Amino acid sequence: MFKKDMTPGSKSKVKSSAQRGIRAKVLESYPLLEPYIEEILPKKEQLDLVKLPDRVSLYTLGSTPLFFQHMDDPIMPHLTLVHKYPDAFNRLRIDRGAIRFVLSGATLMAPGLTSPGGRLPDDDEDEEGRYGEDELEAGSVVVIEAEGKDTACMVGVLRMGTEEMKKVKKGQACEAGHYLGDGLWGLNLG
Amino acid sequence: MATPSEYPKQVIYCGVCTLPPEYCEFGGTVKKCEEWLEENHSDMHEKLYSQEVIEKNLSTLSIDAQKRAEKDSQKKAAKAATAEAKAQEQRATSKILIKRIERNKRKYVTAVQGLEAFGLDIKKVAKDFGKKFATGSSVTKVPGGGEEITVQGDLSDDIYDYLTETYSDIPEDNVDCIEDKKKKVPS
Ligand SMILES: [Zn+2]
Repeated sequence: MFKKDMTPGSKSKVKSSAQRGIRAKVLESYPLLEPYIEEILPKKEQLDLVKLPDRVSLYTLGSTPLFFQHMDDPIMPHLTLVHKYPDAFNRLRIDRGAIRFVLSGATLMAPGLTSPGGRLPDDDEDEEGRYGEDELEAGSVVVIEAEGKDTACMVGVLRMGTEEMKKVKKGQACEAGHYLGDGLWGLNLG
Repeated sequence: MATPSEYPKQVIYCGVCTLPPEYCEFGGTVKKCEEWLEENHSDMHEKLYSQEVIEKNLSTLSIDAQKRAEKDSQKKAAKAATAEAKAQEQRATSKILIKRIERNKRKYVTAVQGLEAFGLDIKKVAKDFGKKFATGSSVTKVPGGGEEITVQGDLSDDIYDYLTETYSDIPEDNVDCIEDKKKKVPS
């Protein structure tokens, strides 16, 4: 989605009614953010909307990017926000070999998740329950972590449910949404 | 698992490639990244660049995948080197223009253009000027793209000295001072 470098387009203030709507939508999509929502989207502070190419809207607080949304697709967190609140999101893990592909903007393929280094929900290898117990459906927003790394490297939308991935072990697993080093990551918001 | 009181988690980002340092190895500037980390976060550097970690990382990939990854990172390094060379060339040929502009009789402002070619953050430099010279200093858009800094007062020589002394990347030959008398700004 952000494979190329971008320059931010026009910036406008989000009206307080719209700001409430965004807050509600964020909580509906990511209920685990509830304890921190006042910290992330303070009621009294002005949220800005920055227009990006290809009809992507980016919500920012000052120069901090928070969430982005392509048209009416699900609202998604910026990776810096994911890094601050890592377990507020559904996450999966790719094996080490898949990292460089993800960082070059490729669509994530199922073997990167089903191989021994990868993690899917309800995984026997996942003793601390970091990757959850419930299977995720196609269309879910997921945070992608990586084998041997603490921080996430991508946020994307699943093309295939996790249950099916475990069965077929091939095909496109997750669209390349927003990844470390992409145009959204490198965006200069002043 | 982290308890909520630890949130928001503070993540360190690489001062060279901007990624979390554990991902520097996938970019084209690993060497510079490593130097930066060693200098700025030596504890983290120790963890990420120990022989043990490097060997462990390699052992999770097949020989074939290792070779491909190696080739890939060489390509990236070459790309980064080209970009750096280009930036350097741009710096060598770019000029900074310090213009003395007469506003009213014996009232001057000084405009500074071309700083962006040297990788400087214009807003920050404008602030520094304001502090250093205790005067009004602002960033304005230039017709035809780009930005310039406008400083209140006739400070051409002081700004010339300040720039060439503060930023070793800026060769003196690349800074020109000129006078702009014609420009009349209606007040
Ligand atoms: Zn780095």
